[in-house]
Amino acid sequence: MGSTNTAKVDRYKNNFLKEVEENVEEGDWVRMCMQCGVCAGSCPLGPHWDHPPQEIFMMIRAGKRDEVLASDSMWMCTSCYNCIVRCPRELPITHIMHGLANYAHRLGVAHQENPTRRFAQMFWNNVTKTGRANELKISLGLYFMDGFMNGIKKSLAMKKIGIGMFMTGRLDPFGLVQGRGCKGSGDIDKMLKKAFEIEDHRKGYNS
Amino acid sequence: MAKYTYSFYPGCSSEKKASASNMMTSVETMCSKLDIQLNEIPDWNCCSASIGYCGGGELPRLAMNARNIALSEQHNPEQDIVATCAACWLGTRECQERIRQSETILTDTLEVLKEAGLERHFKNEVKVRHMVESLIEDIGYEEMAAPVVKPLEGVKVAGYVGCQTNRPFGIDGESFENPKYLDKIVETVGGEPIEDYDKKVTCCGGALAFSEPEKSFAQIKDIVESAHDRGADLIVTPCPVCQMNVEIYQQQINHQYGTSFNMPVTYYSQLMSVAYGSSAKEAGLNGQIIRAKKLEDIAGK
Repeated sequence: MGSTNTAKVDRYKNNFLKEVEENVEEGDWVRMCMQCGVCAGSCPLGPHWDHPPQEIFMMIRAGKRDEVLASDSMWMCTSCYNCIVRCPRELPITHIMHGLANYAHRLGVAHQENPTRRFAQMFWNNVTKTGRANELKISLGLYFMDGFMNGIKKSLAMKKIGIGMFMTGRLDPFGLVQGRGCKGSGDIDKMLKKAFEIEDHRKGYNS
Repeated sequence: MAKYTYSFYPGCSSEKKASASNMMTSVETMCSKLDIQLNEIPDWNCCSASIGYCGGGELPRLAMNARNIALSEQHNPEQDIVATCAACWLGTRECQERIRQSETILTDTLEVLKEAGLERHFKNEVKVRHMVESLIEDIGYEEMAAPVVKPLEGVKVAGYVGCQTNRPFGIDGESFENPKYLDKIVETVGGEPIEDYDKKVTCCGGALAFSEPEKSFAQIKDIVESAHDRGADLIVTPCPVCQMNVEIYQQQINHQYGTSFNMPVTYYSQLMSVAYGSSAKEAGLNGQIIRAKKLEDIAGK
């Protein structure tokens, strides 16, 4: 992955805007931002972003590649779509944030410690394994993300909620051993393999 | 033949013993009273939700949703897809639009679908809708009021629309900032909507309630507090993630903020089921961690 990152740096030199336009989902909208800041004011987790979206857009145009890709800002997006519906220029900001986060993640230069990045990858692995989400495994996977002892601690802290969900029939205690999922999970595997193959080729991730 | 027939996409949280299984129970009850037939998309898969962007990128995420569209068009032709989950609806509809916007993405998607032999079934013409959209546009408020036998008199309800049922698509004719359809549904079943519920479209944190609980709890506290301060008996929502986040963390929020919230959070379909004369169980009220006593009382009368 490091080599893909280097290849991108070599290819685009100092033109980070062009790199974003050609590689990031909906990235060709970035030049349309007029720096009004409505997105920043609309974001529910706005106070926790090092750089709100309009700043990220300006930093892209200013070529601040490392700062943007390693930022944990995009990972604060809750996908609430406030910014999308309020943007006067109709930039699909939510998707651009997702796209930037994914691009940084695929290049191996994303914020390493960010919990949402790690949780999100785990979620994707979970739902694509059988084609459907296994909520118990998602929860436990999250609690045990930082090691066994931490996992025990977090599980105990969440015990009441877990018992509540179980008692009301909203959590399957056999989820750990019994598979839910699609009959066509083999088909889904094949489809995803092909989809990654095409996307990796188009975006030069393996070069 | 039922009066209304849809191709149904329930989504992972609506499965048996999953987090929104109580919604599913009430949706089945509500639909039977309104003569709506839901034909489940055979072997549907996860939409990969918004948070799927990290591992899934663009095309793999589209592939997941395109499979559902193809299966629906193959097995339930001529039927609109209806989803009860905001994320499922959003994921499917976004996928449909993205593929319509780009020849390259369409070509890539068809190549991917070929792996499952589904490319010939994928027309991408089906209408993708949320259940509340179908209720409002096809059935209408008047017909929704017809089966009411136990109006929810004196029940004060804060209509929490949340994010993804509302943005970016929303319901035709409703505003993003102050949608009123949930209040209208409450009124339709005889309840009392709290019209100045200012947190009705505030984000609960979504998937970040898992990964960034502290930041999300601040959001959830505001959502519950505003309903509480306006005298709500309960919060009602159309979204499984909103329901879960706003209900299950209240105790932790009380601990953290020194509050004493104990606010029931139910689905619109549960209100409707109770008003239509169903039992608490048929309305899925036994699925509430914070019991909705007022609704249980009405259902038990």
